[in-house]
Amino acid sequence: MDFQKLIEIALGAILINNFIVSQFLGICPFMGVSKSTDTASGMGLAVTFVMGIASAVCWPINHYILEPQNLVFMQTIVFILVIASLVQFIEMFLQKSMPSLYSALGVFLPLITTNCAVLGVVLQNTQQSYSFIESVVYGVTGGLGFLLVIYLFAAIREKLEFAETPKAFEGFPIALVAAGLIALCFGGFSGLSIFG
Amino acid sequence: MNVKQQLKEGLLTQNPVTVQLLGMCSTMAITTSLFNGIGMGLSVMVILTLANVFISVLRNVIPNKIRIACFIVVIATFVTMVDLFLKAYMESLSASLGVFIPLIVVNCIILGRAESFAYKNGVAVSALDGIFQGLGYTWVLVVMCVIREFLGAGKFGGGLLGEGGNGIVIFPEEFAIAGLSRPVGGFLVLAFIIAAVQYFLNKPKKAAKKEEVAQ
Repeated sequence: MDFQKLIEIALGAILINNFIVSQFLGICPFMGVSKSTDTASGMGLAVTFVMGIASAVCWPINHYILEPQNLVFMQTIVFILVIASLVQFIEMFLQKSMPSLYSALGVFLPLITTNCAVLGVVLQNTQQSYSFIESVVYGVTGGLGFLLVIYLFAAIREKLEFAETPKAFEGFPIALVAAGLIALCFGGFSGLSIFG
Repeated sequence: MNVKQQLKEGLLTQNPVTVQLLGMCSTMAITTSLFNGIGMGLSVMVILTLANVFISVLRNVIPNKIRIACFIVVIATFVTMVDLFLKAYMESLSASLGVFIPLIVVNCIILGRAESFAYKNGVAVSALDGIFQGLGYTWVLVVMCVIREFLGAGKFGGGLLGEGGNGIVIFPEEFAIAGLSRPVGGFLVLAFIIAAVQYFLNKPKKAAKKEEVAQ
Protein backbone atom coordinates (compact mmCIF):
# COMPACT_ATOMS: atom_id res chain seq x y z
CA MET A 1 0.00 0.00 0.00
CA ASP A 2 1.30 3.37 -0.96
CA PHE A 3 1.28 5.37 2.22
CA GLN A 4 2.61 8.49 0.58
CA LYS A 5 -0.30 8.62 -1.82
CA LEU A 6 -2.79 8.36 1.04
CA ILE A 7 -1.26 11.38 2.77
CA GLU A 8 -1.34 13.22 -0.54
CA ILE A 9 -5.05 12.43 -0.96
CA ALA A 10 -5.81 13.42 2.64
CA LEU A 11 -4.02 16.79 2.52
CA GLY A 12 -5.49 17.47 -0.89
CA ALA A 13 -9.04 16.83 0.30
CA ILE A 14 -8.70 18.89 3.48
CA LEU A 15 -6.73 21.90 2.28
CA ILE A 16 -5.98 22.16 -1.42
CA ASN A 17 -9.16 20.88 -3.05
CA ASN A 18 -11.43 21.55 -0.13
CA PHE A 19 -14.95 20.44 -0.93
CA ILE A 20 -16.65 23.70 -0.05
CA VAL A 21 -14.31 26.51 -0.93
CA SER A 22 -12.61 25.18 -4.01
CA GLN A 23 -14.96 22.60 -5.49
CA PHE A 24 -18.28 24.21 -4.47
CA LEU A 25 -19.81 20.97 -3.25
CA GLY A 26 -22.19 21.03 -0.32
CA ILE A 27 -22.87 24.77 -0.36
CA CYS A 28 -26.53 24.38 0.68
CA PRO A 29 -25.90 22.87 4.13
CA PHE A 30 -22.83 25.12 4.40
CA MET A 31 -24.99 28.24 4.15
CA GLY A 32 -28.04 26.69 5.82
CA VAL A 33 -26.75 25.28 9.08
CA SER A 34 -23.86 27.58 9.89
CA LYS A 35 -25.62 30.08 12.14
CA SER A 36 -23.96 28.75 15.30
CA THR A 37 -20.79 26.76 15.93
CA ASP A 38 -22.69 23.98 17.75
CA THR A 39 -24.95 23.08 14.86
CA ALA A 40 -22.11 23.59 12.40
CA SER A 41 -19.88 21.07 14.15
CA GLY A 42 -22.80 18.62 14.41
CA MET A 43 -23.47 18.92 10.69
CA GLY A 44 -19.77 18.62 9.88
CA LEU A 45 -19.41 15.43 11.94
CA ALA A 46 -22.53 13.91 10.40
CA VAL A 47 -21.24 14.68 6.90
CA THR A 48 -17.82 13.18 7.66
CA PHE A 49 -19.48 10.04 8.98
CA VAL A 50 -21.79 9.59 6.01
CA MET A 51 -19.12 10.45 3.43
CA GLY A 52 -16.78 7.81 4.84
CA ILE A 53 -19.44 5.10 4.92
CA ALA A 54 -20.86 6.05 1.52
CA SER A 55 -17.41 5.79 -0.07
CA ALA A 56 -16.89 2.40 1.56
CA VAL A 57 -20.27 1.05 0.41
CA CYS A 58 -20.35 2.47 -3.10
CA TRP A 59 -16.86 1.26 -4.05
CA PRO A 60 -17.71 -2.47 -4.01
CA ILE A 61 -21.05 -1.77 -5.71
CA ASN A 62 -19.31 0.06 -8.53
CA HIS A 63 -16.41 -2.38 -8.75
CA TYR A 64 -18.18 -5.72 -8.43
CA ILE A 65 -21.65 -5.03 -9.83
CA LEU A 66 -21.76 -2.03 -12.16
CA GLU A 67 -18.44 -2.40 -13.97
CA PRO A 68 -18.60 -6.16 -14.78
CA GLN A 69 -22.18 -5.78 -16.02
CA ASN A 70 -21.37 -2.69 -18.14
CA LEU A 71 -23.90 -0.69 -16.18
CA VAL A 72 -21.66 2.27 -15.40
CA PHE A 73 -24.15 4.64 -17.07
CA MET A 74 -26.61 3.79 -14.29
CA GLN A 75 -24.24 4.96 -11.57
CA THR A 76 -25.97 8.28 -10.80
CA ILE A 77 -29.29 6.57 -10.05
CA VAL A 78 -27.70 3.67 -8.17
CA PHE A 79 -25.46 5.86 -6.03
CA ILE A 80 -28.19 8.31 -5.03
CA LEU A 81 -30.49 5.46 -4.03
CA VAL A 82 -27.69 3.78 -2.08
CA ILE A 83 -26.88 7.04 -0.30
CA ALA A 84 -30.53 7.75 0.49
CA SER A 85 -31.16 4.32 1.96
CA LEU A 86 -27.80 4.33 3.73
CA VAL A 87 -28.65 7.57 5.47
CA GLN A 88 -31.99 6.10 6.51
CA PHE A 89 -30.27 2.98 7.90
CA ILE A 90 -27.66 4.98 9.78
CA GLU A 91 -30.43 7.05 11.30
CA MET A 92 -32.36 3.98 12.49
CA PHE A 93 -29.21 2.27 13.74
CA LEU A 94 -28.07 5.29 15.72
CA GLN A 95 -31.53 5.80 17.18
CA LYS A 96 -31.61 2.23 18.41
CA SER A 97 -28.09 1.60 19.62
CA MET A 98 -26.38 4.94 20.20
CA PRO A 99 -29.01 7.39 21.44
CA SER A 100 -26.43 9.93 22.61
CA LEU A 101 -24.81 10.17 19.18
CA TYR A 102 -28.26 10.20 17.61
CA SER A 103 -29.35 13.18 19.65
CA ALA A 104 -26.23 15.03 18.52
CA LEU A 105 -26.39 14.15 14.80
CA GLY A 106 -29.99 13.06 14.31
CA VAL A 107 -31.47 16.31 13.02
CA PHE A 108 -28.81 16.66 10.35
CA LEU A 109 -28.92 13.15 8.94
CA PRO A 110 -32.02 13.50 6.69
CA LEU A 111 -30.56 16.69 5.21
CA ILE A 112 -27.45 14.86 4.10
CA THR A 113 -29.21 12.88 1.37
CA THR A 114 -29.43 16.01 -0.73
CA ASN A 115 -25.94 17.17 0.14
CA CYS A 116 -24.04 17.21 -3.11
CA ALA A 117 -20.71 16.65 -1.33
CA VAL A 118 -21.71 13.05 -0.56
CA LEU A 119 -22.76 12.17 -4.11
CA GLY A 120 -19.81 14.23 -5.36
CA VAL A 121 -17.24 12.28 -3.37
CA VAL A 122 -18.63 8.95 -4.58
CA LEU A 123 -18.64 10.05 -8.23
CA GLN A 124 -15.11 11.43 -7.93
CA ASN A 125 -13.91 8.16 -6.42
CA THR A 126 -15.02 6.33 -9.53
CA GLN A 127 -13.69 8.99 -11.90
CA GLN A 128 -10.26 8.96 -10.29
CA SER A 129 -10.45 5.14 -10.11
CA TYR A 130 -9.27 5.14 -6.52
CA SER A 131 -8.72 1.82 -4.74
CA PHE A 132 -10.94 0.88 -1.81
CA ILE A 133 -8.65 2.33 0.88
CA GLU A 134 -8.01 5.46 -1.13
CA SER A 135 -11.76 5.99 -1.59
CA VAL A 136 -12.43 5.71 2.12
CA VAL A 137 -9.55 8.03 2.96
CA TYR A 138 -10.77 10.55 0.39
CA GLY A 139 -14.31 10.36 1.78
CA VAL A 140 -13.33 10.79 5.43
CA THR A 141 -10.78 13.54 4.86
CA GLY A 142 -13.12 15.33 2.47
CA GLY A 143 -15.64 15.33 5.31
CA LEU A 144 -13.01 16.64 7.71
CA GLY A 145 -12.26 19.47 5.30
CA PHE A 146 -15.98 20.24 5.25
CA LEU A 147 -16.05 20.23 9.06
CA LEU A 148 -13.07 22.59 9.24
CA VAL A 149 -14.52 25.17 6.85
CA ILE A 150 -18.09 25.05 8.18
CA TYR A 151 -16.80 25.51 11.75
CA LEU A 152 -14.62 28.50 10.79
CA PHE A 153 -17.50 29.99 8.84
CA ALA A 154 -19.98 29.56 11.70
CA ALA A 155 -17.57 31.28 14.07
CA ILE A 156 -17.31 34.24 11.69
CA ARG A 157 -21.07 34.30 11.20
CA GLU A 158 -21.74 34.50 14.92
CA LYS A 159 -19.72 37.72 14.96
CA LEU A 160 -21.38 39.00 11.80
CA GLU A 161 -24.70 39.18 13.66
CA PHE A 162 -23.39 42.25 15.47
CA ALA A 163 -21.88 43.95 12.44
CA GLU A 164 -23.53 46.92 10.80
CA THR A 165 -24.01 46.00 7.18
CA PRO A 166 -25.68 47.95 4.36
CA LYS A 167 -29.38 47.15 4.19
CA ALA A 168 -29.25 45.25 0.90
CA PHE A 169 -26.38 43.07 2.14
CA GLU A 170 -28.08 42.04 5.38
CA GLY A 171 -28.30 38.33 6.06
CA PHE A 172 -27.37 36.11 3.17
CA PRO A 173 -25.22 38.32 0.87
CA ILE A 174 -22.81 39.40 3.62
CA ALA A 175 -22.43 35.77 4.64
CA LEU A 176 -21.50 34.96 1.04
CA VAL A 177 -18.88 37.71 1.10
CA ALA A 178 -17.43 36.20 4.29
CA ALA A 179 -17.40 32.77 2.63
CA GLY A 180 -15.63 34.33 -0.33
CA LEU A 181 -12.90 35.64 1.95
CA ILE A 182 -12.46 32.15 3.44
CA ALA A 183 -12.20 30.83 -0.12
CA LEU A 184 -9.52 33.44 -0.81
CA CYS A 185 -7.52 32.25 2.23
CA PHE A 186 -7.83 28.64 1.17
CA GLY A 187 -6.76 29.69 -2.31
CA GLY A 188 -3.33 30.16 -0.75
CA PHE A 189 -3.09 26.41 -0.18
CA SER A 190 -3.27 25.78 -3.91
CA GLY A 191 0.40 26.71 -4.08
CA LEU A 192 1.22 23.88 -1.70
CA SER A 193 2.92 21.02 -3.48
CA ILE A 194 3.19 17.73 -1.69
CA PHE A 195 6.36 15.67 -1.91
CA GLY A 196 7.90 17.89 -4.57
CA MET B 1 -52.80 31.05 -11.28
CA ASN B 2 -52.10 32.94 -14.47
CA VAL B 3 -49.10 32.67 -16.76
CA LYS B 4 -47.89 36.22 -16.27
CA GLN B 5 -47.76 35.90 -12.53
CA GLN B 6 -45.88 32.60 -12.80
CA LEU B 7 -43.36 34.17 -15.17
CA LYS B 8 -42.78 37.06 -12.79
CA GLU B 9 -42.37 34.70 -9.85
CA GLY B 10 -39.88 32.52 -11.70
CA LEU B 11 -37.78 35.37 -13.00
CA LEU B 12 -37.90 37.78 -10.09
CA THR B 13 -40.02 37.55 -6.98
CA GLN B 14 -39.56 33.79 -6.41
CA ASN B 15 -36.32 33.39 -8.37
CA PRO B 16 -34.78 30.04 -7.37
CA VAL B 17 -31.26 31.40 -6.84
CA THR B 18 -31.58 34.97 -5.67
CA VAL B 19 -34.73 34.69 -3.53
CA GLN B 20 -35.22 31.03 -2.61
CA LEU B 21 -31.43 30.60 -2.29
CA LEU B 22 -31.44 27.12 -3.84
CA GLY B 23 -28.94 25.49 -6.14
CA MET B 24 -25.95 27.50 -4.93
CA CYS B 25 -23.30 24.86 -5.68
CA SER B 26 -23.66 24.77 -9.45
CA THR B 27 -24.33 28.50 -9.64
CA MET B 28 -20.93 29.33 -8.24
CA ALA B 29 -18.95 26.41 -9.60
CA ILE B 30 -19.54 26.48 -13.32
CA THR B 31 -20.05 30.16 -14.10
CA THR B 32 -16.61 30.73 -15.59
CA SER B 33 -17.60 30.96 -19.26
CA LEU B 34 -20.79 31.89 -21.08
CA PHE B 35 -20.99 28.50 -22.81
CA ASN B 36 -20.97 26.65 -19.47
CA GLY B 37 -23.60 28.93 -18.01
CA ILE B 38 -26.03 28.59 -20.90
CA GLY B 39 -25.44 24.83 -21.16
CA MET B 40 -25.99 24.26 -17.46
CA GLY B 41 -29.01 26.56 -17.36
CA LEU B 42 -30.70 24.81 -20.28
CA SER B 43 -29.91 21.34 -18.89
CA VAL B 44 -31.47 22.25 -15.56
CA MET B 45 -34.47 23.80 -17.31
CA VAL B 46 -35.11 20.66 -19.37
CA ILE B 47 -34.73 18.35 -16.38
CA LEU B 48 -36.84 20.58 -14.15
CA THR B 49 -39.68 20.75 -16.69
CA LEU B 50 -39.67 17.01 -17.40
CA ALA B 51 -39.47 16.12 -13.70
CA ASN B 52 -42.25 18.58 -12.84
CA VAL B 53 -44.54 17.13 -15.53
CA PHE B 54 -43.85 13.56 -14.50
CA ILE B 55 -44.29 14.15 -10.79
CA SER B 56 -47.46 16.11 -11.41
CA VAL B 57 -48.87 13.22 -13.48
CA LEU B 58 -47.96 10.74 -10.76
CA ARG B 59 -48.98 12.90 -7.82
CA ASN B 60 -52.07 10.82 -7.02
CA VAL B 61 -50.15 7.54 -7.28
CA ILE B 62 -47.08 8.41 -5.18
CA PRO B 63 -47.71 7.59 -1.50
CA ASN B 64 -47.09 10.53 0.78
CA LYS B 65 -44.62 8.77 3.07
CA ILE B 66 -42.05 7.79 0.45
CA ARG B 67 -42.54 10.76 -1.86
CA ILE B 68 -38.98 12.09 -1.52
CA ALA B 69 -37.50 8.76 -2.61
CA CYS B 70 -39.89 8.65 -5.58
CA PHE B 71 -38.97 12.21 -6.57
CA ILE B 72 -35.29 11.33 -6.47
CA VAL B 73 -35.76 8.31 -8.74
CA VAL B 74 -37.73 10.38 -11.28
CA ILE B 75 -35.16 13.19 -11.20
CA ALA B 76 -32.20 10.81 -11.40
CA THR B 77 -33.69 9.17 -14.50
CA PHE B 78 -33.95 12.47 -16.36
CA VAL B 79 -30.51 13.57 -15.19
CA THR B 80 -29.01 10.36 -16.54
CA MET B 81 -30.76 10.92 -19.88
CA VAL B 82 -29.42 14.46 -20.18
CA ASP B 83 -25.97 13.33 -19.07
CA LEU B 84 -25.82 10.64 -21.76
CA PHE B 85 -27.21 13.04 -24.38
CA LEU B 86 -24.52 15.63 -23.60
CA LYS B 87 -21.78 12.98 -23.61
CA ALA B 88 -22.92 11.81 -27.03
CA TYR B 89 -23.59 15.09 -28.83
CA MET B 90 -21.83 17.88 -26.92
CA GLU B 91 -18.63 16.41 -25.62
CA SER B 92 -16.89 19.71 -24.86
CA LEU B 93 -19.78 20.92 -22.68
CA SER B 94 -19.97 17.60 -20.91
CA ALA B 95 -16.21 17.72 -20.22
CA SER B 96 -16.22 21.27 -18.87
CA LEU B 97 -19.26 20.80 -16.62
CA GLY B 98 -17.85 17.50 -15.39
CA VAL B 99 -19.29 16.15 -12.19
CA PHE B 100 -21.88 18.92 -11.98
CA ILE B 101 -24.17 17.30 -14.56
CA PRO B 102 -24.79 14.12 -12.50
CA LEU B 103 -24.97 16.36 -9.43
CA ILE B 104 -28.12 18.01 -10.81
CA VAL B 105 -29.83 15.06 -9.06
CA VAL B 106 -29.20 16.67 -5.70
CA ASN B 107 -29.74 20.22 -6.94
CA CYS B 108 -32.18 21.60 -4.40
CA ILE B 109 -34.09 23.61 -7.04
CA ILE B 110 -35.53 20.52 -8.69
CA LEU B 111 -36.36 18.66 -5.50
CA GLY B 112 -37.72 21.87 -4.00
CA ARG B 113 -40.05 22.56 -6.93
CA ALA B 114 -41.20 18.93 -6.99
CA GLU B 115 -42.08 19.09 -3.32
CA SER B 116 -43.58 22.56 -3.15
CA PHE B 117 -45.21 22.87 -6.57
CA ALA B 118 -45.52 19.84 -8.86
CA TYR B 119 -46.79 17.53 -6.11
CA LYS B 120 -49.73 19.87 -5.48
CA ASN B 121 -50.61 21.26 -8.92
CA GLY B 122 -51.85 20.16 -12.34
CA VAL B 123 -49.69 19.07 -15.27
CA ALA B 124 -49.87 22.19 -17.46
CA VAL B 125 -49.15 24.60 -14.58
CA SER B 126 -46.27 22.43 -13.39
CA ALA B 127 -44.73 22.37 -16.87
CA LEU B 128 -44.92 26.17 -17.04
CA ASP B 129 -43.47 26.40 -13.56
CA GLY B 130 -40.53 24.23 -14.66
CA ILE B 131 -39.85 26.43 -17.69
CA PHE B 132 -40.08 29.72 -15.79
CA GLN B 133 -38.06 28.59 -12.78
CA GLY B 134 -35.50 27.20 -15.22
CA LEU B 135 -35.36 30.56 -17.00
CA GLY B 136 -34.92 32.29 -13.65
CA TYR B 137 -31.97 30.02 -12.88
CA THR B 138 -30.51 30.51 -16.36
CA TRP B 139 -30.52 34.31 -16.28
CA VAL B 140 -28.66 34.37 -12.97
CA LEU B 141 -26.08 31.96 -14.40
CA VAL B 142 -25.67 34.03 -17.56
CA VAL B 143 -25.27 37.30 -15.66
CA MET B 144 -22.67 35.70 -13.38
CA CYS B 145 -20.79 34.22 -16.35
CA VAL B 146 -20.68 37.54 -18.19
CA ILE B 147 -19.43 39.44 -15.12
CA ARG B 148 -16.84 36.85 -14.11
CA GLU B 149 -15.58 36.36 -17.65
CA PHE B 150 -15.39 40.05 -18.45
CA LEU B 151 -13.67 41.18 -15.25
CA GLY B 152 -11.77 37.96 -14.61
CA ALA B 153 -10.35 37.28 -18.06
CA GLY B 154 -11.26 40.30 -20.19
CA LYS B 155 -13.38 38.21 -22.54
CA PHE B 156 -16.96 37.79 -23.63
CA GLY B 157 -18.76 34.65 -24.77
CA GLY B 158 -16.10 32.03 -24.04
CA GLY B 159 -16.83 28.68 -25.68
CA LEU B 160 -19.28 30.22 -28.14
CA LEU B 161 -17.91 33.28 -29.93
CA GLY B 162 -14.60 34.54 -31.24
CA GLU B 163 -11.63 32.70 -32.72
CA GLY B 164 -11.68 28.98 -32.02
CA GLY B 165 -14.50 29.54 -29.55
CA ASN B 166 -12.15 31.15 -27.05
CA GLY B 167 -14.31 34.22 -26.63
CA ILE B 168 -13.98 37.79 -27.90
CA VAL B 169 -11.07 39.53 -26.24
CA ILE B 170 -12.15 42.89 -24.86
CA PHE B 171 -8.99 43.79 -22.99
CA PRO B 172 -5.73 41.84 -22.50
CA GLU B 173 -5.78 39.22 -19.80
CA GLU B 174 -2.93 40.73 -17.77
CA PHE B 175 -5.15 43.67 -16.79
CA ALA B 176 -7.95 41.42 -15.56
CA ILE B 177 -8.81 40.60 -11.95
CA ALA B 178 -7.76 36.96 -12.03
CA GLY B 179 -9.36 36.32 -8.64
CA LEU B 180 -12.81 36.62 -10.12
CA SER B 181 -12.38 33.52 -12.23
CA ARG B 182 -11.21 31.62 -9.12
CA PRO B 183 -13.61 30.24 -6.44
CA VAL B 184 -13.58 33.48 -4.43
CA GLY B 185 -15.07 35.31 -7.43
CA GLY B 186 -18.06 32.98 -7.42
CA PHE B 187 -18.92 33.85 -3.82
CA LEU B 188 -18.41 37.59 -4.26
CA VAL B 189 -20.28 38.00 -7.56
CA LEU B 190 -23.23 35.98 -6.28
CA ALA B 191 -23.27 38.03 -3.07
CA PHE B 192 -23.48 41.24 -5.09
CA ILE B 193 -26.21 39.90 -7.39
CA ILE B 194 -28.35 38.76 -4.44
CA ALA B 195 -27.81 42.09 -2.70
CA ALA B 196 -28.85 43.96 -5.85
CA VAL B 197 -31.99 41.84 -6.27
CA GLN B 198 -32.89 42.32 -2.59
CA TYR B 199 -32.41 46.05 -2.98
CA PHE B 200 -34.70 46.29 -6.00
CA LEU B 201 -37.34 43.97 -4.55
CA ASN B 202 -37.54 45.98 -1.33
CA LYS B 203 -37.56 49.36 -3.02
CA PRO B 204 -41.16 49.53 -4.36
CA LYS B 205 -42.52 48.36 -1.02
CA LYS B 206 -40.76 51.21 0.75
CA ALA B 207 -42.07 53.74 -1.75
CA ALA B 208 -45.60 52.42 -1.23
CA LYS B 209 -45.19 52.66 2.54
CA LYS B 210 -44.01 56.26 2.30
CA GLU B 211 -47.10 57.14 0.28
CA GLU B 212 -49.29 55.55 2.92
CA VAL B 213 -47.60 57.60 5.60
CA ALA B 214 -47.96 60.77 3.55
CA GLN B 215 -51.65 60.17 3.08
